[in-house]
Amino acid sequence: MSEKKKLRVATTSLAGCFGCHMSFLDIDERLLTLLEHIEFDRSPLTDIKHVSPGTDIGIIEGGLCNAENVHVLREFRANCKVLIAMGACAINGGLPAQRNHLPLTTILEEVYHTSPGLANGLIPNDPELPLPLNQVHPIHEVVKIDYFIPGCPPSGDAIWKVLTDLLAGQEPALGHGLMHYD
Amino acid sequence: MTYNLETAQSPEKLRRVAIDPVSRVEGHGKVTILLDEHNKVHQVRLHIVEFRGFEKFIQGRPYWEVPVMVQRLCGICPVSHHLAASKALDIIVGAKRLTPAADKLRRLMHYGQMLQSHALHFFHLCSPDLLFGFDSDVTRRNIVGVVAEHPEIAKRGVLLRKFGQEVIRMTAGKRVHGTGAIPGGVNKSLTLAERDELLKDIYQIIAWSRDAVHLIQKVHTQDPGLYNSFGIFRSNFMSIVGKRGDLDFYDGTLRARDDNGKLLFDHVDVQTYQQHIEEEVRPWSYMKFPYFKAIGKEHGWYKVGPLARVQNCDQIPTPFAEHERREFIDYAGGSPMHAPLAYHWTRMIEMLHAAEVIKELLHDDDLLSDDLVVQGERAMEGVGVIEAPRGTLFHHYQVDENDVVTMANLIVSTTNNNQAMNEAIRHVARRYLSSREVTEGLLNHIEVAIRAFDPCLSCATHALGKMPLEVELLDVEGTQIHALSRGA
Ligand code: SF4
Repeated sequence: MSEKKKLRVATTSLAGCFGCHMSFLDIDERLLTLLEHIEFDRSPLTDIKHVSPGTDIGIIEGGLCNAENVHVLREFRANCKVLIAMGACAINGGLPAQRNHLPLTTILEEVYHTSPGLANGLIPNDPELPLPLNQVHPIHEVVKIDYFIPGCPPSGDAIWKVLTDLLAGQEPALGHGLMHYD
Repeated sequence: MTYNLETAQSPEKLRRVAIDPVSRVEGHGKVTILLDEHNKVHQVRLHIVEFRGFEKFIQGRPYWEVPVMVQRLCGICPVSHHLAASKALDIIVGAKRLTPAADKLRRLMHYGQMLQSHALHFFHLCSPDLLFGFDSDVTRRNIVGVVAEHPEIAKRGVLLRKFGQEVIRMTAGKRVHGTGAIPGGVNKSLTLAERDELLKDIYQIIAWSRDAVHLIQKVHTQDPGLYNSFGIFRSNFMSIVGKRGDLDFYDGTLRARDDNGKLLFDHVDVQTYQQHIEEEVRPWSYMKFPYFKAIGKEHGWYKVGPLARVQNCDQIPTPFAEHERREFIDYAGGSPMHAPLAYHWTRMIEMLHAAEVIKELLHDDDLLSDDLVVQGERAMEGVGVIEAPRGTLFHHYQVDENDVVTMANLIVSTTNNNQAMNEAIRHVARRYLSSREVTEGLLNHIEVAIRAFDPCLSCATHALGKMPLEVELLDVEGTQIHALSRGA
């Protein structure tokens, strides 16, 4: 256990597939080392539902596909000192942005009216369901992002490098082999 | 089998409590509960709240892109989508029978994923509830708390998952979103060095998996009052089963039973799934509600996943896991076990089975062969079905003469459990929340019931959508990027 105060890290998945979070866990045993230096705030790994003020590092997976995503992203920006876009979806919308060339209504019609094996055709509509955006947007279009980790997903090693650089108080740099886009 | 508590009579008069987001599950979901002034529960719903539209934008893409695209539905079990799509496309390229090498390499990939996904779900996500209690301190109720208090258990969880991920990396090329399976086969075999590296650890992995079964068995049987009744509901159940009725995650025919274990159908060719399963849309969730056509909406819904599979098969074709299955069936006492928390026990039995199958495969020299792809007479339509970690997964495609996808229909595992999860949380709400002050710990009980199913709400969002009302998106400077209104 280090003497220094642990850094508080929050993570969330917006319009992403969770693959980037899985890659985070692909740091394997190093997770146990990491936990000596950080503590988790809001994250899919904890039951903290809102990011706490003064959180040191926020990590965002996924782009913006609905109003709820935008809200969560703003909450992260307001409460995190450093905000990181993790993976292709956060950086440029990724695969979910493939829907951007189609009108939203066309997709809804397809899924809820014309798709085979449906008993009833009906587009879900309820105040509990957040409003979808017409197009999927990258997160840097809406808030300032401090660092970007490319990849779909970035490797566990890449995520580890960025976090350990930040923990050491230095500017994160991926360098050769860790910078990839697939 | 009722929809009790699905819809309140006069919701506007009730108080709303939300669990948002549901945590320690994969993906995005929320629960809403409506209570009256006496804290009586009137409505409980698990909502799936995101939109993807994969089924639509896959159309127009060349078919060979599909196995790589669709796994981006879900990064938790991408291999399931990768393989279900590849199996559907095998039919389209006329690969009726894969080469032994391709078949076994795909199996190895899939069982590696079963192992990593079950380990992740049990150790990283659920063990805090099971080890500390459902209403234990929220700051400790996570993997960090497990690391602090049960470091050995946490470490094994991390290493079990790591092993499964390594199996995937060696067969698919990458740990998440690999490219190993292609229509008609695979594009990579194992090298001798890779095989030896996996062989070096597999016996330890099997031993730890056995310990994990015994751990959850102990937790379960020590508190039967809780574990046999928490969130309980009765339902039909379904899975694919292999030859001779074996537990098989990769291939087989559909079998379903009613709540007493009586066969509803068996030996059903997966290509004909639409004759048996239909889906209903309800306005308050983007996730559809499937059911057996022959029985109808009201009573035809079912559950899938480990609890269904372990009780649906006739035997598990590996010795240690088969032994544990028998223990479980004996404990259930001659009729099907429906308790949601028994999912954890059966999940660990499956993890053990996956480890044993990996061991057998690693001793098979076909894995080293380079006879990897076959082709045959081209077809226009194919269905691929697989048992994903959380249950039966259907991929269905039509392709035109230009090799372009013209139709895609997916029923993901979690969708199959939609009604089941809603029933479980309604039971928990009725039992634990009604007429009491709602606390964080009580709300976690609802999430415990959801977690038992290991839902992947990420997959389940693939086909979501809703008419926009009004939303304005501003950029960093406050300039409007776009605005929407209802019906836009
Ligand atoms: S970048 Fe890739 S791995 Fe990450 S959320 Fe998007 S699709 Fe998933």
